[in-house]
Amino acid sequence: MIGILVVCHSAKAAKGIAEIASQMAGEKVKVVGVGGNEEGGIGTSTADIYAVLSELLNECESIVVIPDLGSAVLSTKAALEFLTDEQKSKVIIADAPVLEGAMMAAVEASTGSPKEKVMQVAESAHLLKKLVN
Amino acid sequence: MLLFVLRDLDGGCNKLDNEKLDVNTTIAILERIKDIIEANKDYLTELDSAIGDADHGINMNRGFSKAIEKVRNNQYFDIGSIFKDVAMSLMSTVGGAAGPLYGTFFMRASMKLAGHKEADLTLLAQAFREGLNGVIALGKAQPGDKTMVDALIPAIDALETAAKEGSSLKDGLAKALAMAEKGMKDTIPLVAKKGRASYLGERSAGHQDPGATSSYLILKAFYEALEN
Repeated sequence: MIGILVVCHSAKAAKGIAEIASQMAGEKVKVVGVGGNEEGGIGTSTADIYAVLSELLNECESIVVIPDLGSAVLSTKAALEFLTDEQKSKVIIADAPVLEGAMMAAVEASTGSPKEKVMQVAESAHLLKKLVN
Repeated sequence: MLLFVLRDLDGGCNKLDNEKLDVNTTIAILERIKDIIEANKDYLTELDSAIGDADHGINMNRGFSKAIEKVRNNQYFDIGSIFKDVAMSLMSTVGGAAGPLYGTFFMRASMKLAGHKEADLTLLAQAFREGLNGVIALGKAQPGDKTMVDALIPAIDALETAAKEGSSLKDGLAKALAMAEKGMKDTIPLVAKKGRASYLGERSAGHQDPGATSSYLILKAFYEALEN
């Protein structure tokens, strides 16, 4: 199973986006959201991200992380430093718009694509047009 | 109470050694960092509200309060372990980008200091250099990007030069502090290339960088704790 981890500055946003993306993912993909600082405010926590990553790694053979911006990216990278090299090799970070990227990643992962392909598709989400003339 | 007794036996007396960074001195420095960050909480937040998300003072204050709490409740036999506990606290409690960045700084430095009961200027400079390398590897900031790195690079360069010249720990830190202050002030005209401030583009010019300011304040605490 592929895991998709949405990391946001807000816990609510992370969980909400994960919920929207899960709807597209079906059984084969696990989408989880983590966010907010330790006190529940706006921010990200390396410790929280590490905890969720470790848990996901128990049931997923690979994980694509989709952070929103800034410290979400840095906290994710810092959290990776606490994983073993073997665990680390199973995780990839996508440079994608968080909602659209998570949705497209979920769909791609549900077709059984490897994490590299899932990341690539998530990153292509920045080309999505919402309004068509 | 027991802790104090043990520290007294270990250090011989309560007076801090100004030439070597030992366990007691390192803890005194952390207490000083916490006090200085607390005293400058509103100032840092004010700087961050101009070009960021107005949480740097609050985040740093929360982080170092938690860090010192953890350190006060533990017993240490080497300074590396203190730095490591600070790193873990900052990473989990700061919340903003400063958490993983300062966390990485202290974590990388702790590896260099692991097993050492004390550090002289040369070892401290090496540890800080490792820490800085970690920050740059994680945040990818270049000099002039208007970040904490703009204060840290000239400061750590100065620390290394002082170490080579055989300066005392206190003099080395004084030189580093002077360069950090210059680096911090030099961020004022810069346009931000990293972090939330980079979304402002040209509008970020004219404001002092909050990250460079907190880096300066941390070095100031190192210097002032040794001065006392």
